[in-house]
Amino acid sequence: MNATVSNNNEPTTLENSIAQWRAAVMKGRSVDQADADELESHLREQIADLEAAGLSTDEAFSIAVRRLGKVDELTAEYARVHGDRMWKQLVTPRADVEPRLSIPMMLAFAALAAVLVQVARILATSGGDYSAQLFGDSVAPWFPRNLSFLVLPVLAAYFAIVRRMPRVPAIVLVAIVAVLVLVVNLYPFELGSNTDQIVWIHLPVALWFVVGVAYAAGDVQSHTKRMDVIRFTGEWIIYYALIALGGGVLLALTFAVLTPIAPDVIDDVVTAVLPSGVAAATVVAAWLVEAKKSVVENLAPVLTAIFTPLFAVMLVVAAVGYLITTVDRGFDRDLLAVFDVLLLVVLGLVVYGISARSSGAAGVMDVIRLIAVVAAIVLDILVLVAMFARIGEYGFTATRIAALGLNLLLLVNLAGTAWFTGRLLAARGPAARLERWQTSYLPVFAAWVLVVIVVLPPVF
Amino acid sequence: MLAPVNIDKDLVAAMATPLVLAILAEGTSYGYAILKRVRDASAGEVQWTDGMLYPLLHRLERLGYLVTEWGVSDEGRRRRYYRITPAGEAQLADQRRQWETATRTLGGIWGRTLPAMGV
Repeated sequence: MNATVSNNNEPTTLENSIAQWRAAVMKGRSVDQADADELESHLREQIADLEAAGLSTDEAFSIAVRRLGKVDELTAEYARVHGDRMWKQLVTPRADVEPRLSIPMMLAFAALAAVLVQVARILATSGGDYSAQLFGDSVAPWFPRNLSFLVLPVLAAYFAIVRRMPRVPAIVLVAIVAVLVLVVNLYPFELGSNTDQIVWIHLPVALWFVVGVAYAAGDVQSHTKRMDVIRFTGEWIIYYALIALGGGVLLALTFAVLTPIAPDVIDDVVTAVLPSGVAAATVVAAWLVEAKKSVVENLAPVLTAIFTPLFAVMLVVAAVGYLITTVDRGFDRDLLAVFDVLLLVVLGLVVYGISARSSGAAGVMDVIRLIAVVAAIVLDILVLVAMFARIGEYGFTATRIAALGLNLLLLVNLAGTAWFTGRLLAARGPAARLERWQTSYLPVFAAWVLVVIVVLPPVF
Repeated sequence: MLAPVNIDKDLVAAMATPLVLAILAEGTSYGYAILKRVRDASAGEVQWTDGMLYPLLHRLERLGYLVTEWGVSDEGRRRRYYRITPAGEAQLADQRRQWETATRTLGGIWGRTLPAMGV
């Protein structure tokens, strides 16, 4: 566009018109960023051609827009083609693998995880040292510590292949996993020590970030991809819980049915098979998220809509209660851990609610979310005060630093969430800013988890 | 789904897939260029609501008849290019046989009753 037109308002009004049109097209969520880009460049090309034919900018714009069609008809057609976007705004690269091929592929990776875990279990139960416990089995201590290495990198590899991850990020991921393997296995951890426990808790989280990068096919810069990873994680949890429920029923019935005829064998068989089943289910759940999108994507927003208000009530009651009763003896170590879990669940719900927001305008759910977040902030501050008190009294340990760091990270995240939700409610900021805040925060969590695994153990 | 100027709506809808596949069989292209090609080829007689081309392209992509790749236009904008796949070519060949049968059948009848049209 030439800025030296006689009326120099013209380029900006055209840009405004295009921006308004684009916003209208994207409002229904059936048209994603990439589609809007495509339509916009079509619009611009059409305008340029019409202008070249001698029309004024205004005329060219209105004709080009009319040719593209009525916005509501257009978005309805997009929604028909991309039915899965009614909730999701997926721009993930569709796997070019044939759909039929992806089931054997999924089964192969699930089997790989199961076999790896089984081989490791056999090795871990045939060595001399049975000082650790896993699934009711006495095993060598390296087995529980390394369990997530046998499962999550397999899942990451599955996504890297199905989603055709480029070579460079794939190599970087392999290197990161290799470094983690070395770190976790070269430190002389004392079994059941603080650092051992911390690493045991944080390692799966770190590896889940590896899975997330593979899920995004290495495109970690894209905020849309990051949001997809967040959604994937939530749906994966739902599917995994469902599979675990079914598995639990199966196990209980197996016990009940077979105990009368083979009371000794059944116990051993179950302890042998269970770890492999747990491993294989991670891949199956991940595949289900992708293959059966429409099932859970309708479920997840409903679940968050039900539980966000309930958690909001519970958090407000808890915050007020703990403020009034001035806790001295209340916050012991276990309660602090409970609060960490609570805050993480709340953050999960909030992030989910945000990712499932249906439109740009603020609504009742945003108010409820803000209440929940503010109550969570109060609780987090109480927890932090109690933690500082403990640290003042007993000094720093690896566990306390890990917990303190997590709570500070949560506090900053919740404060940002409250701020952007407030701005959204005051109609001062766009909803996208809120999503952006969460997606921008992901690397912070990833970095912290890495610090905990790699830096804390040698320091303590 | 497609608003024609002077051809029945259902007929244009039926034409849309083979038309797009045939244009892409000539070479990789992008939305606006495909529409221009349709306009040129039909001398303006087949008119679409331009925007509706894109959901159609995405549907064909989902069916595996096309693949997309991002490129850059001359002005430096991101542009989505569509390329036909072997499955798309097979589909095109199949549709072509059907259309040829249809036009031959109609032509066989109209050819006798309406010789002036010269189908």
